[in-house]
Amino acid sequence: MASKNFSSVARSFIAHLVLIILAFMCLFFFYILIINSTCSHADLQKGFSALPKNYFGKNFSAVANDGTFPMMKGIGNSIIVSSLCAAICTYFSALTAYGLYVYDFKLKKVAFTFIMIILVMPTQVTALGFLRLITNMGLYDTLIPLILPSIASPAVFYFMYSYLQSNLQLSLVEAARIDGCSEMKIFNRIIFPIMKPAVAVQAIFTFVGSWNNYFVPALILQSKEKATVPILIATLRGADYMNFDMGKVYMMITVAIVPIIIAYLFLSKFIIAGVALGGVKE
Amino acid sequence: MGFDNYINVMGKDFFTYMGNTFTLWMIGFVPQIVIALLLASWFVDARLKIHGEQFFKVVIYLPNLIMASAFAMLFFTLFSTSGPVNSILTSLGIVNGPIDFMGTPVGTRLLIALMNFLMWFGNTTIMLMAAIMGISPDIFEAASIDGCTPRQSFFHITLPLIRPILTYTLITSLIGGLQMFDVPQILTNGQGNPNRTSYTLIMWLNNLLRAPDYGRAGALSVYLFIVSGILCLVVYKMVNGQDNDAKAEQKAAKKRMKAMKGGKQ
Repeated sequence: MASKNFSSVARSFIAHLVLIILAFMCLFFFYILIINSTCSHADLQKGFSALPKNYFGKNFSAVANDGTFPMMKGIGNSIIVSSLCAAICTYFSALTAYGLYVYDFKLKKVAFTFIMIILVMPTQVTALGFLRLITNMGLYDTLIPLILPSIASPAVFYFMYSYLQSNLQLSLVEAARIDGCSEMKIFNRIIFPIMKPAVAVQAIFTFVGSWNNYFVPALILQSKEKATVPILIATLRGADYMNFDMGKVYMMITVAIVPIIIAYLFLSKFIIAGVALGGVKE
Repeated sequence: MGFDNYINVMGKDFFTYMGNTFTLWMIGFVPQIVIALLLASWFVDARLKIHGEQFFKVVIYLPNLIMASAFAMLFFTLFSTSGPVNSILTSLGIVNGPIDFMGTPVGTRLLIALMNFLMWFGNTTIMLMAAIMGISPDIFEAASIDGCTPRQSFFHITLPLIRPILTYTLITSLIGGLQMFDVPQILTNGQGNPNRTSYTLIMWLNNLLRAPDYGRAGALSVYLFIVSGILCLVVYKMVNGQDNDAKAEQKAAKKRMKAMKGGKQ
């Protein structure tokens, strides 16, 4: 009995220790980031300090007014692209999932299999063809090729489909039809509101994925006014680094990362539940 | 003319870069899956009370949402020779002078692996938690009544029962590892230094697309397509097979319930 208690106490101790170490590793780097973004370049040259200084405002306005790295414009571009992506992606994926779930038609299996095949294919493999297509359409260096392809999102589709499988009674659709509701109205007025939890979770994931996307914008975008945040970070890395105001560098990274962190802290319950939901289905 | 590109691309470079990509994936993935399994089994264990469980879950998932390029930029500044990490190590007296983390292949690869680990272990933990919670708790109760220690129940009950999901995680992580781009690109500024030891396949593809060397880029894309296609087929077979397994399992469970009820009467 005594040994059983000891081993369970030891186990609890080890578990908490490992968790604390991992939590420290996750948070430590962001802590240094925030501290350093409040320091001036001179402060940073002196070495590391654990306490924040008072340069936050100055660094922030330096970043906001920087001509070579238009960070605010970049954030604006990123917000436009990401929100449109999230909205379009979730709506059309829900529509597709509804169509494939409720209706029976000849090529139903083919369509489903086709979407599943695309699901597991990485986007970088088709990047060359995509680039040529976009250039031929004259859409090179615009934000449109970043937004429109999100209409076809197999991962989100599959999530919506699984959600419908476990949450939609077909009798509801039939009742609405008997009452004389047109098909599109059934979807827009009845089904889409039912899918709100799934839509909310996928909207978050799509927004974050689009915000963090680097490979595709790096291919499509050229001019600085159209650049999204990851591209600005890459330009920062490639620039003549030694002449930099390090406080400004840290502030730029902070501005790129912190909005997502804040949104995450408010929405964390949804996000984690969403991952678990997707995991169980798979 | 047509096949020259294919032959040209399949040179020594291709295999070096593939090796790099695979190594970088491996050193990030192995700790990730081990830690994720450990954490998932702890979080799900009814007998082990974790204080602040929700806090830990929120914190470990946080790095997954961080922009990989900004994260790499952050690590670049933190681990540079005049950066905070070296400054802390020197002032604590652990080392005499600054360590050039990114001057050695080992240092750069470890940094990339650390970033990949931090970004993905939270996601893997949550998914494995969901998988373990799918196992009926009756099995664990029966085992503990029979005197099973937590370690035995983990290795002999949990692991075998979540094997499909572990395999799924392995393959999807491999597909993701094949696409590794943001982190090494930003950390090494597209060079894969030192000496191209951290140059991944997609970094190569990106450079070819920008050159622009569309011939070789196309050939490389086709090779990547073939490799991805094979991996995809494996995942697809597994997911479909899993559905059949799950359905068979449910049927068997229902039969058992019926038999039990029939027996009681």
